[in-house]
Amino acid sequence: MLAKLIAFLLLGLVRLLTGAQARWYGCPPKAEQRIYFANHQSHADLVMIWAALPQELRSITRPVAAKDYWTKTRFRRWITTAVFNAVYVDRSGSKPVAGEATEPADPLQPLEEALERGDSIIIFPEGTRGAGDEPQPFKSGLYTLAQRFPHVVLVPAWIHNIQRVMPKGEVVPVPILCSVTFGAPLQVEAGEERRPFLDRARAAVMALRDI
Amino acid sequence: MNSFLRHLSATQQVGALFIVMFGLLAGVSIWTFLRSLRLPLNHALDDPRALEERRFHSLLKASWVMAVVFWIGWVLGSGVSTTLFGLLAFFALREFITLSPTRRGDHRSLVLVFFVVLPVQFWLVASRHFDLFTVFIPVYVFLALPVVSALADDPQRFLERNAKLQWGIMVCIYGLSHVPALMLLDFPQSPDYRDKGAFLVFFLVFVVQTSVMVQHLAGWRFPRRPFAPHVSQSFHWTAWGVGIATAGLAGALLSFITPFKPGQALALALIACIAGSMGHLVMKALKRDRGVTSWGLHGMSSTGAGGLLDRIDSLCFAAPIFFHAVRWYFDL
Repeated sequence: MLAKLIAFLLLGLVRLLTGAQARWYGCPPKAEQRIYFANHQSHADLVMIWAALPQELRSITRPVAAKDYWTKTRFRRWITTAVFNAVYVDRSGSKPVAGEATEPADPLQPLEEALERGDSIIIFPEGTRGAGDEPQPFKSGLYTLAQRFPHVVLVPAWIHNIQRVMPKGEVVPVPILCSVTFGAPLQVEAGEERRPFLDRARAAVMALRDI
Repeated sequence: MNSFLRHLSATQQVGALFIVMFGLLAGVSIWTFLRSLRLPLNHALDDPRALEERRFHSLLKASWVMAVVFWIGWVLGSGVSTTLFGLLAFFALREFITLSPTRRGDHRSLVLVFFVVLPVQFWLVASRHFDLFTVFIPVYVFLALPVVSALADDPQRFLERNAKLQWGIMVCIYGLSHVPALMLLDFPQSPDYRDKGAFLVFFLVFVVQTSVMVQHLAGWRFPRRPFAPHVSQSFHWTAWGVGIATAGLAGALLSFITPFKPGQALALALIACIAGSMGHLVMKALKRDRGVTSWGLHGMSSTGAGGLLDRIDSLCFAAPIFFHAVRWYFDL
């Protein structure tokens, strides 16, 4: 109950500050299994896409959250689990200590579990928050997931203006109108290699900036 | 009829005014609906008559929303009305800032503007510190805000960024804060006018909206070459003149709800409408400079919606001038 109340208040706050407008340019808001991938510029990206989705999609879509940042305090852990229903991803990419027989932790494993269960997910293929005008080159997670789950629809998204609301290092957000533009779905072409596909995906996200 | 109206209490008089206003709006809506029946059912997407009908329709809808919001504000008291206008200023400024080129260094200034300057200005209105509220933004904030910006250590396009922020504050916060200030103005000369500030607000808004709507309609009726086509495709002096004259007349007819004589009401209405329409032109020029047609995000005007600031920019320019004209003339 508390989570629902917090979700409601957070939604109201995000709408008051940013408007959280969703623009379904390339595909309609359909309740199918999707992977949304977007540019990453601020910690508020996760909240922005979450707030922009309509209520029916919000309940089945799980954003990805960096484990090292979002489990640091109890409050952050609670809010990402109870309110956003996020999937934690280990960004450290730890290597096994020499002599131990353990497998290296697969950072994509929690995402794959979520996809096997039928959830839609939101990922940020840049891996970390960007600071420039253009997104950084995409990491390979998107390609791997697209190969393993070929029936899932890949939807590019561009989050507009969010870096102006709360730039890196600031605490108080500034009210600025933000929007999320969803583009036409992508597919891995037969025989397409990893780097060309990731570049194509990045170009698709950037193309949504000018719409 | 006259004596009956005069014997009603102030509250009942304002209530009667709202009844008349809603009745008028309903009448105009019905007339517009009947007019739209004459349009062919299936027309081309860019049919000019249909476009004009849609634009007028959205103007009418905006007027309805304004009327309802004012009514709610009046019913719930002046504190609520002031807060309501504070929220309006918040949303208008949010739209303005979205389209202004702010950089990382502006963040502190923006936080100060939204969360300190705006509440302080509206608190000054609510507590009736009219002298301080008149100079707070043009003097103190104007000089103090660039200091914060300079301390943020970013000189790139410093003048441009600060100037645009100052403009936003002037139009959205300063301009809009004069509307609730009107409501709280005290007229000691006419003791039967106390607590009837709502009438002054209604007078201002009605007169300004009339001039905008009539200017629009006259633009259809008397098509002429636009005077400043790079700024506005529809502005020409004939339609403007018709709009101003009609609104002035409406103001003179409405003088019975204000403490002005008809001649004074005519003059004040003319002042308010001239300020409002010229202000609307200035805002159009600002929009053209940014390359957009509407302050709403992503050119929402294509769906006919438009932004909040598009609708109230005339009011933002007319309110301070009207307020000060009233105060200066009546020595308040």
